Amino acid sequence: MSGVYDCLVIGAGPGGLAAAATAAEAGLQVGLEDDNPAAGGQIWRRGNAAVSVSHSAEQWMERIRSAKVDVLCGWRATDAGTDALGTPFIRVEGLGGFRDLRYRKLILATGARELFLPFPGWTLPGIYGAGGLQAFAKSGFDVRGMRVVLAGTGPLLMAVTAHLHEAGAKIVAVVEQAPLSRLMSLGMHLAPSAPGKLMEGLRYRLRTMGTKYYFGHWVSEARGDGKLERLTITNGSESFAVEADLLGVGYHLVPNTELAQLLGCGLENGFVRVEETQETSCTSIYCIGEATGIGGVDKAQVEGRIAGFSAAGRIEKARSLFAARDKQLRFVERLAAAFALREELRGLAQENTLVCRCEDVPHGALRECHSWREAKLHTRCGMGPCQGRICGPATQFLYGWHAPAPRPPVFPASVGTIAAVDEAGVHHE
Amino acid sequence: MTQPAIFDVAIAGGGIVGAACARALAHRGLSVALVERDVLGSGATSAGMGHVVVMDDSEAQFALTRYSQQLWRELAPKLPANCEYEECGTLWVAADEEEMAAVEQKHRWYGDRGVPTSTLTASELSAAEPNLRSGLAGALLVPQDSVVYPPVVALTLAREAEKLGAALYIGKQVHILSDGKLVLQDGSIIRAHTIINALGSESARITPGVPVRKRKGHLLITDRYPGFVRHQLVELGYLKSAHKSTGDSVAFNVQPRSTGQLLIGSSRQYGAETSEVNQPVVSAMLQRAIEYIPRVADLKAIRIWTGFRAATPDKLPLIGPYSDDQSLWLATGHEGLGITTSLATGELIADLITGRTTAIPCEPYLPARFANANQANHLSKP
Repeated sequence: MSGVYDCLVIGAGPGGLAAAATAAEAGLQVGLEDDNPAAGGQIWRRGNAAVSVSHSAEQWMERIRSAKVDVLCGWRATDAGTDALGTPFIRVEGLGGFRDLRYRKLILATGARELFLPFPGWTLPGIYGAGGLQAFAKSGFDVRGMRVVLAGTGPLLMAVTAHLHEAGAKIVAVVEQAPLSRLMSLGMHLAPSAPGKLMEGLRYRLRTMGTKYYFGHWVSEARGDGKLERLTITNGSESFAVEADLLGVGYHLVPNTELAQLLGCGLENGFVRVEETQETSCTSIYCIGEATGIGGVDKAQVEGRIAGFSAAGRIEKARSLFAARDKQLRFVERLAAAFALREELRGLAQENTLVCRCEDVPHGALRECHSWREAKLHTRCGMGPCQGRICGPATQFLYGWHAPAPRPPVFPASVGTIAAVDEAGVHHE
Repeated sequence: MTQPAIFDVAIAGGGIVGAACARALAHRGLSVALVERDVLGSGATSAGMGHVVVMDDSEAQFALTRYSQQLWRELAPKLPANCEYEECGTLWVAADEEEMAAVEQKHRWYGDRGVPTSTLTASELSAAEPNLRSGLAGALLVPQDSVVYPPVVALTLAREAEKLGAALYIGKQVHILSDGKLVLQDGSIIRAHTIINALGSESARITPGVPVRKRKGHLLITDRYPGFVRHQLVELGYLKSAHKSTGDSVAFNVQPRSTGQLLIGSSRQYGAETSEVNQPVVSAMLQRAIEYIPRVADLKAIRIWTGFRAATPDKLPLIGPYSDDQSLWLATGHEGLGITTSLATGELIADLITGRTTAIPCEPYLPARFANANQANHLSKP
């Protein structure tokens, strides 16, 4: 590939699809790249035939096709560079080796990942991230008849609960750490015409499918002989045990900002800082969706459209969407407030509870450290293949540490890929 | 612990060299302060490979590395497991017959000085390291060389000093170092009869005139592939590239970690003062590694980083009193051998300060050899 995309979009979730379609319809030659085998992102992940794909995703895919967006799925962005002629590129790696995707404008739609907080027993087989369990089920893992507990916090729990119920799982309990009062207040904002109806309706629905919903509760311990058997659920004053085969647990989302950081984009409160046009602190690099603030699929799509128009120079078109976007941004703050993590979650890990799973570093070893850097150098925390992607956000919550800027590669890449000079074959001296 | 108004010795720099000095001095009963701006063992100590290696570039370099290697072997049984000391040996790989002749010569040279080595034929080499490409001529095996995890060693040495009464000042940046005083960034002052600059590549920033330049290096670490290589592997041509005092150079240098991970190096650059990863240098470095171990191209790399060696004009460290200031001593300029020679540096410093006879002659490392700053500048020019 010796060409240069007018606009390259990294991440083919709802935001990335909207950005790519918008930019291409505005006349740009667009590349859309994602590490998953198919477009749709985490939320529109296609599963087996039994699971229908959202209508909205289909619409975007149709527009992507008609606007002739070059879709590259199954390639993971590992590094960024500049070729001998000064054109920037994103190096992506896939089964077929690597490619350097050159671009004039770049839109980052890298999404978010789940936050995992350590508690005794959390590394037992049978325990997954909530989103991870859903993805697993979508990829063919048979959950029929299995006793499942969903725990943690955030809107994702409801979506996963509904999905697993439909797939035949027996939902034993849904354990949401946020108190009901906070969620009711969020519900009122979501459905101003019918306050509280949303949550009421949801609880009714869950009751009818035999699910117990516990607000202001969390899982404090998992036990089992070689695999998950029993969970302790608590609200801080009272605890009880439930038997389960599977636990999906996630404490809402943390943004994927590594590639943006590698490119030099500035952050604010852990999210990529953007202008009204979605442009980052780096000229010609835009960022949208969860990486700029956790707000869900509607925020991602409107930001994607704004970035697509901005990249194409259609500023007026972009401007016409600012109001719709700003409405979504207010929702971001309400979501963060409603699902704010409670203090008690900091106290779950015991001395021997692993915090860094790559390098087997327990809470007891980390408690004595004063910084991420000290922990890394003296205990190897965060030195494994995930490079702190999992344990970094957990240590930020548990100990208040801040991880330093990521170093290349942003995802593990083969030595051969890193050794290669740019794809045009220009050798550097 | 009550701290003295004036320490016997205060050390600026909590890398492995500063920590080794603190330990050696504390063992001799001196009151010691050790000051580190970041985390113990976080500078070049954390950026390097952690290869304890005996070297033959000069008699002085040999004497220091051999003495230190023996100190490592004595210390090893007392090191906790997380120091990851492993006597895996070094294989100096000869690519052709010319380099093989050098292997024979080194074998005799080391033998004359009591260091056990053995020569490996091409087939012995490929049996010892099956992932090396075919067609190599052979290798020199130095079995007593080892690898360690330096940041935890630095921590261990400093903690041992602390148990013997040393005071550790962590997270404190030294602003001024002179006249028996360490003035910290926050304005507080640590007084000592002897103050030691052990600031590595930062030495000259705090003590202008110290003939130390930054020499940047890159390293890459892979995911876990236990048994992929078994010895520290270094190309014999390494010496050519490592001892050039100009230009950028790379060499094949691969190390097995006890975790099963591989460290892949190495690169050397003068004049590169910022820490970002330089892709052309990384490419050249990795292509060199792939030349020797083709299958390394398929391994997953998880991280690349850079660090700065403290290079002197004559490739030997600066250990001893610094002429301009009666109280000021240096323990710096170890370039790529700081891990290896840290323990020997600590012993030399402690013996010199307490007026004892040093185990090896100290003259080649005394800063006085650069007494004339102009001479030092002259020497450091290419």
